[in-house]
Amino acid sequence: MAELFPNLSIAYGEIFLALGAMVLLMVGVFKKDSVNLVSWLSVAFMAIALFLTIGAGAEQQYTFSNLFVADGFTRFMKILVLVAAALAVIMSREFFRLEGDNRFEFPVLLVLATVGMMIMVSANDLMSLYMGIELQSLSLYVLAAFKRDSERSTEAGLKYFVLGALSSGILLYGCSLVYGFIGSTNFSSIATALSNMGDGNAPIGAVVGLVFVLAGLAFKVSAVPFHMWTPDVYEGSQTPVTAFFAVAPKVAALALLARTLYVPFGDMSGSWTQVIMFMSIASMLLGSFAAIMQTNIKRLMAYSSIGHVGFALLGLIAGTSGGLRGLIIYMTIYLVMNVGTFVCIMSMRRKEDGMVEDIKELSGLSQNHPALALAISIFMFSLAGVPPLAGFFAKWYVIIPIVTQGHFVLATIAVLASVVGAYYYIRIVKVMYFDDQVEGFLPQKSFPMKIIVTLAAVLIIAFIVPQISTPILESATAAAQGMDPN
Amino acid sequence: MEHFPILSAITFLPLLGVLIILSITGEKEIVDRNSRNAALLTTVATFLFSLVLWFGFDKTTANFQFEENAQWLGGGISYHMGIDGISILFVLLTTFIMPICILCGWDTIKDRVKEYMIAFLLLECFMIGVFCTLDLVLFYVFFEAGLIPMFLIIGVWGGANCIYAAYKLFLYTLLGSVLMLVAMLYMYGQAGTTDIPTLMQFDFDPHAQTWLWLAFFASFAVKMPMWPVHTWLPDAHVQAPTAGSVILAGILLKMGGYGFLRFSLPMFPVASYEFTWLIFSLSCIAIIYTSLVALVQTDMKKLIAYSSVAHMGFVTIGIFTFNIQGLEGAIMVMLAHGFVAAALFLCVGVVYDRLHTRDINRYGGLVNIMPRYALVFMFFTMASVGLPGTANFVGEVLVLVGIFKVSSWVTFFALFGVILGAAYMLYLYRRVVFGELTKDDLKNMLDLEKREIIIFAPLVIFTLWMGVYPSTFMDFIHVSVENLSMQHEAAMTVYHATLETVAGN
Repeated sequence: MAELFPNLSIAYGEIFLALGAMVLLMVGVFKKDSVNLVSWLSVAFMAIALFLTIGAGAEQQYTFSNLFVADGFTRFMKILVLVAAALAVIMSREFFRLEGDNRFEFPVLLVLATVGMMIMVSANDLMSLYMGIELQSLSLYVLAAFKRDSERSTEAGLKYFVLGALSSGILLYGCSLVYGFIGSTNFSSIATALSNMGDGNAPIGAVVGLVFVLAGLAFKVSAVPFHMWTPDVYEGSQTPVTAFFAVAPKVAALALLARTLYVPFGDMSGSWTQVIMFMSIASMLLGSFAAIMQTNIKRLMAYSSIGHVGFALLGLIAGTSGGLRGLIIYMTIYLVMNVGTFVCIMSMRRKEDGMVEDIKELSGLSQNHPALALAISIFMFSLAGVPPLAGFFAKWYVIIPIVTQGHFVLATIAVLASVVGAYYYIRIVKVMYFDDQVEGFLPQKSFPMKIIVTLAAVLIIAFIVPQISTPILESATAAAQGMDPN
Repeated sequence: MEHFPILSAITFLPLLGVLIILSITGEKEIVDRNSRNAALLTTVATFLFSLVLWFGFDKTTANFQFEENAQWLGGGISYHMGIDGISILFVLLTTFIMPICILCGWDTIKDRVKEYMIAFLLLECFMIGVFCTLDLVLFYVFFEAGLIPMFLIIGVWGGANCIYAAYKLFLYTLLGSVLMLVAMLYMYGQAGTTDIPTLMQFDFDPHAQTWLWLAFFASFAVKMPMWPVHTWLPDAHVQAPTAGSVILAGILLKMGGYGFLRFSLPMFPVASYEFTWLIFSLSCIAIIYTSLVALVQTDMKKLIAYSSVAHMGFVTIGIFTFNIQGLEGAIMVMLAHGFVAAALFLCVGVVYDRLHTRDINRYGGLVNIMPRYALVFMFFTMASVGLPGTANFVGEVLVLVGIFKVSSWVTFFALFGVILGAAYMLYLYRRVVFGELTKDDLKNMLDLEKREIIIFAPLVIFTLWMGVYPSTFMDFIHVSVENLSMQHEAAMTVYHATLETVAGN
C-alpha cells in the first residue's frame, strides 16, 4: 500500500496547525508587542484546524504508509483536544494580563503541543505514537516551567521533564521489545501477526514489551502507580497551564491508549486487562483518598484528575465498543467540568495577594460572590457524580459496559471510590456555604471567562435534557464504532 | 399520551418557582419578602394542581395512571412517569407538607431567605419526582438529587453542629445508594431496559435476586432508616432547621418504604421472601431499642427522631408480611407518620423559636401560659402513641393484624414497641407541658400565633380524618396493594413448586 504521494487530505488539520505554529512564531518574533495578536491567531488557527478535522470525515482512512489513521474516533477526540486547547489559550489571556507576564511563546507552545496530541490520537504505528508523544511532551515541559523566575514553576517543569524522559525511555524500550518479538511497528501488522499466533500464544517478550508501553502511556495519563508527578506539576504550574494539563493531554493519551489496546493488542486482551484493571482501581482509590488531605485546590484537582482517569480506564476494561463509548462520553463531560472549575479557580484573586490557591480562601464565598460559589458547587457536585448533573451520567456510561461484562466487584469498588471522592468535593461546597466569610476576591471582569463558566455550568445541568444529551450520546456511539466496527 | 402531562407539571412546577425567585433582585427586605411569597404561592399552586390527581384517580384499577412516556437517553432509558395507588398518596403528602414547611420558616429564617426558598423548592421537585417516575434511572436521579438541597439546608441553616450532621446525611445516603446503582446497572444489562413496569414483569434469576435485593436494601435501609444504619437520622434532625426536620420526617423517610414497595417486593419476590427474617429481626430490634433510647433522651428533637425510627420499624414489618393488611397498614403508618411526626417537629419548633433550646429540662409547666399549644401538642402526642381515632391507630392495627397472620412472636415484640411508645411520648409531654411553671424565662412565652395555628390546623384535620374515616385514603391504595400481594403470592407458588421439583429430583 506504499503510495507514491501520501493522501494528505485526512491530515489537513495537523498540517495546517503545524504550519500555523511556524507562522505564529514568526509573527511573535518580528512584530513587537504581538502577544494578543498571536494568542487570538492561535485560537483562530485551532478553530480552522477543528473545521479541517471535521471535514476529514468519519470514514476510516490511512495515510503516510499506514503511520497515520483517521476515523470517527480520532475525529471526536481531536475535537475535544482542540476545544480544550483553544479554551486554555482564551483562559490564559486574562491570566497573563493580570500577572503582567505576557510572552508570545505561550500560545505557540500550546499550539505545538496540540499538534503533538492530534498526532497521538491518530497514531497507527509505534513510530508515530512516539513522535506525537514527544512533540507533545517537549512542549508541555516548557509550559510547566513557563514562569521561569518562580522556584515552584521551574521545579514543576524539571520534575515533569525528568520523570517524563524516564517514561519515554520505558515506552521506547517497550516499543523495541514489541518490534523485536513481533517484527513490526505498525498497529495493523501487529494485530495481524498476533491473531495469526492465536489466542494466548503471544511471545513472552511481546507481553513484556506491551507492559512497558502501558507503563509509558500510564505516565502520560497519570494513572497510578505512575502518577507521582501530577500533584507537583499541577500545583507548580501557572493555573492556565494546569487547566490545559488537566484536560487536553489526558484526552489525547487516553485516546492513544484506547487505540493501542484495542487495535494492535486486541488479541492480547487477556494480558492487558489485568494491568488496566489494577491501574484503574488504584487510580480511583488513590484519587479519592489522597485528595481528602489536600489544602491547595490545584493539588486537589490533581488528585481528582487521577481518580477520574481511573474511571475513564474502566471503559477500556470492558474491551467493547460500548466501553469505548463510555470513555468518550466520560472525557467529554470531564472536559466541560474541568474547564469550568479551572476558570473558577482563576477567579480566586485578591488585590494584594494576587492568585490564591488555598481552599480556605473560599470560605463564605457564597456571600461575597454568590454566582461564583454556585458555579463551583455545580462543578463539584458534578465531579462527585451526583445526579442530575452530567458527572453522574459520565460514570453511568462508563460503568454499564463493565457490569454487562460481569465485573461486579470492579463496579462496586468504583462506586464506593466515588463516595469517598464525594467527601472532598462537597468539602469545597461546605467551605463556600457554611464557613465564615473572609475577604472577597476581585470581581471577574473578563467577558470570555464569564461566558465559559456559564456555558459549562449550563451544559452540566442541562445534560439531563434529551435535546442536549442525545446528540452527544449519538456522536459518541458513532465515534466508538468508528474505530472498532466490531 | 394525548392528555395534559399533569405529573410532569406537578413535578416541575416548583422549578418555575425557583426561576421566579432567582429573578427577584433589589433590597434585601424586598427580596426576602418576595421570595417567601413566591415560594408559598408555588407550593400552594403545586398542591392545588396535585388535587387533580386526587379527583381524577381511578380507584378500581391497579394499573399506572396519568402515564407519560417520552424519549430520554435512548437504549431503553426513557422519561416515563405514572402513578398507582401506592404512590399517589405520597405525591399528595409531599405537595401538602411543602406549603407548611415554607410557612414554618416564614419568620424564623432571616438570612439568605432567597436561597432557603430555592433549596426547598428544588427539594420538592425532586421528591415529587421520586414518587412519580416509572424509570429506574430517572428514579435514581431524583432520589440522589434530593441530597444536594438537603445537604445545604442542614449545613447552612442548621444548628451548632450542623456541618457534621450534613456530611453524615450526605455520605451515609450516598453510600447506600451507589450500591443500588450497581444493582440497577446489572438489571439494565439483564433486561435491556430501565422501565419499571417492564422490570416488574421480568423474572430475575433467584440467585441474582439475592444480591440485587441486598443492594437495594442497602439504599432503602439507610433512607428508611433501619437499625443499625439509623444513626444519621437523629443527628440530621437535631441540626436541621425545623422545616428541614419536617421534610425529613414527613417525606424523605417515606422514600425507603416506597422503595421497598416499588422495587424490592415486585421485582425480587423470592429474595424478599428469603430475607423476611432479616427484616423482621432488624425491625424488632429497631422498635424496642430505639424506643428505649428515646426514653432517655434530653433533646426533644432527638427523642422524636428515635421515635421515627421505631415507627419505621412498623412499616418494614408491615411491608414484609406480604399480605394485604400488612401492606396497607404499612402505607397508612407512613402517611400517618408523615402528618404526625411532621407536626411534632413543628411543635418542637414552636418552643424552640421562643426559647432557642431543645433541652427538655429547660421546659415545664407550659400548659399554664400556652394553653393552645398544650392542646395541639397533646393531640399529636396522642396521635403518635396511636390513640384510636387518630391516624396512627389505623395503620398500627392493620400492621399488627398482618403480622399476626405470619408470626405471633414478631407481633409480641412489635406490641412491646407500642407500649414503650406511649411511655416515652407521655413522659416527654409531662416534662414539657405539665408541672409547675417555675422557670423564669418561660414566663414570658407567648401562645401560638395566627401563622402557627394556620400551620397546625390542616395537620390536625387530616390526622383526625385518617383516624376516623380511613376509607377515604384506603380506597386509593386498596386495589394496588391487593394486586401487589397477589403477584407476590403467585411468584411464591412458582418458587415453591421449583423448590419441590429440585428436592424431588
